[in-house]
Amino acid sequence: MIKLEAIHKYYGTAAQRLHVLKGIDLHIEPGEMVAIMGSSGSGKSTLLNIIGLLDGFDRGQYQLDGKRIHRLRESDAARLRNRCIGFVFQSFNLLPFKNALENVALPLFYQNVGRRQRNARAQQYLEMVGLGNRGTSMPNQLSGGQKQRVAIARALVTQPKVLLADEPTGALDSVTTGEIMALFRQVHQQGNTLVIVTHEADVAARCQRRIVLQDGLIASPALEHTQM
Amino acid sequence: MINLDHWRDIAQTLTRHRLRTLLTAFGVFWGIFMLVLLLGAGRGLENGVTTRFGGIENVVFIWSAYPTQRSLAGLAVGRRITLSEADVDAINARAEGLRRVYGINRVGSWGSAQYVTRGAQSGSFGVKGTHPGLDQVENLQVLNGRYVNALDMQQKRKVAIIGTRVRDVLFRADENPIGASITIYGVPFQVVGVAGSFDPTENANNDLETIYIPNRTLRYAFNQVDRFNNLLLLVAPGADAREVEQQVREILRERHKIHPQDVGVLGSFNGQEEYEKFLGLFAGIRLFSWIVAIGTILAGAVGVGNIMLIVVRERTREIGLRKALGATPRAIVSTIVQESLVLTALSGYFGLAAGVAVLEAISPLFATNDSFRSPEIDFATALLALAVLVLSGLFAAWLPAARAAAVNPIIALQDE
Ligand SMILES: Nc1ncnc2c1ncn2[C@@H]1O[C@H](COP(=O)(O)OP(=O)(O)OP(=O)(O)O)[C@@H](O)[C@H]1O
Ligand SMILES: [Mg+2]
Repeated sequence: MIKLEAIHKYYGTAAQRLHVLKGIDLHIEPGEMVAIMGSSGSGKSTLLNIIGLLDGFDRGQYQLDGKRIHRLRESDAARLRNRCIGFVFQSFNLLPFKNALENVALPLFYQNVGRRQRNARAQQYLEMVGLGNRGTSMPNQLSGGQKQRVAIARALVTQPKVLLADEPTGALDSVTTGEIMALFRQVHQQGNTLVIVTHEADVAARCQRRIVLQDGLIASPALEHTQM
Repeated sequence: MINLDHWRDIAQTLTRHRLRTLLTAFGVFWGIFMLVLLLGAGRGLENGVTTRFGGIENVVFIWSAYPTQRSLAGLAVGRRITLSEADVDAINARAEGLRRVYGINRVGSWGSAQYVTRGAQSGSFGVKGTHPGLDQVENLQVLNGRYVNALDMQQKRKVAIIGTRVRDVLFRADENPIGASITIYGVPFQVVGVAGSFDPTENANNDLETIYIPNRTLRYAFNQVDRFNNLLLLVAPGADAREVEQQVREILRERHKIHPQDVGVLGSFNGQEEYEKFLGLFAGIRLFSWIVAIGTILAGAVGVGNIMLIVVRERTREIGLRKALGATPRAIVSTIVQESLVLTALSGYFGLAAGVAVLEAISPLFATNDSFRSPEIDFATALLALAVLVLSGLFAAWLPAARAAAVNPIIALQDE
């Protein structure tokens, strides 16, 4: 599903260049649930952004679902993101002036799906994350865990090939974290591919595979797999 | 991507900053409002002057003004030129773009009043020669009886059309002046018509205190057979009056052996020139109005752009999120542009409506005014104003939209 080969990424100008990713090789099969770990500043978010087509890379090869990704135009990247990738963020990023259902339906808007169908599908995914009766709630009426559920429903509503989450439990307490991870496992069991960036060992432990980034490189591939 | 949701979003963002929105909208509103008022007022002045001119743009008068000052072909200086029947014939034969030439005479020197009696009543009035069909050119409207006709000319009939003031002086209110006899400078004339004036200027008073008689009669009765006081040129529709005047001057110069540089010999009044002076003035007023109003609209548009910039900055995170979820730069730009167009178009529309309403409201107040009449704005101008508005809306949207399109979702979504 995701195939990275010798990916290099620099930040900054030529004079003051920061070599953030120093040759990442990573293959993620369809249906895998992968945790990316590593210390702060090791390049986890950068890697996730590259996978999620939010950012480009300077050297290397990237194939997403068999398609070679190379210097996409911004509008093409947007379309590909819309169809292939779902994002979950640490701080949820729900639009505060839209209710839960509208927030979930938002990505479908950019697929030009009609309003009725949009809402029907959004409702379906709200039910899947256990918030079928909270469609009309505004984000500020929801708890952190509930917000993240809405965000996950929003990420899934376009039926993407890959779900990318950058510290999805970073702002949640341990009980809620457990609930969200259970939801991710459920999503995973439905056959979705998940990549989750996390600091938390117990979150990583609940993933199929762990990748540790260290100084821009993947460290200790030997420790990768757990039996699930 | 025009969509109900877009409009709801637009309404949402605009109402979230209600005061700012209102203030900016007022800027555009005011610009359009002022444009409509200025153009309407300019038009009102123009309408006033145009009715005042009433067809004079096709009229040229030429007369013999000063004695010659330069000699030509050995002729002495100080000659006075006399315009005659032969000149009229030559002009008729040679000048192009001319509808008709008339020779015009007056009794006495220019405009001097003549002693006129009718029975025991008497008064002093101007006496002017005229021709059939010149009532329009003279701004006259025959109220009773008739104007001069061809038979009057041919038979040198002693008939007169009197202005209403003349009637009021010479006749009692219960008397019918038609058919009555009046005596001008000792010569009896029969009144055949009474005329009012539709000249909206003070000249109307002169017209009403004048007696019009067939020009041919005048020349024979008052010993002016050999000359005309002045020539009246009626320019053909579509012809250039100035060019016609030059042709006629050329013909007269040649016939009377006037030195080409002796310009003072022939005096003239060219209605088109006067008319064009006013047209130029109005074009100037119009240009000025547009400059002022476009400036105001642009200032309003800059205000709109400003509020949109703030909106974009405040919504950076939202824009970043929308991009991450798959919004193309075009979708983002279209949202911003639509918001700013809605703001300018809506406020501009109200400005247009308010301006037109004010013009409509004040128009009756000037119904009887000479120099200012029916201020209005025509459909084409309104459309043009609207186009300016839409353009300024686009102009206003340009920078904020570019900013929005350039939002980097990674940075916008970074957690602090
Ligand atoms: N836009 C940017 N411009 C310049 N440097 C950047 C930019 N984004 C990230 N970096 C740098 O790249 C490095 C990797 O950043 P990244 O955000 O990927 O780290 P991370 O592993 O996600 O860290 P954290 O766990 O704190 O989120 C850091 O040193 C960071 O300062
Ligand atoms: Mg990070």
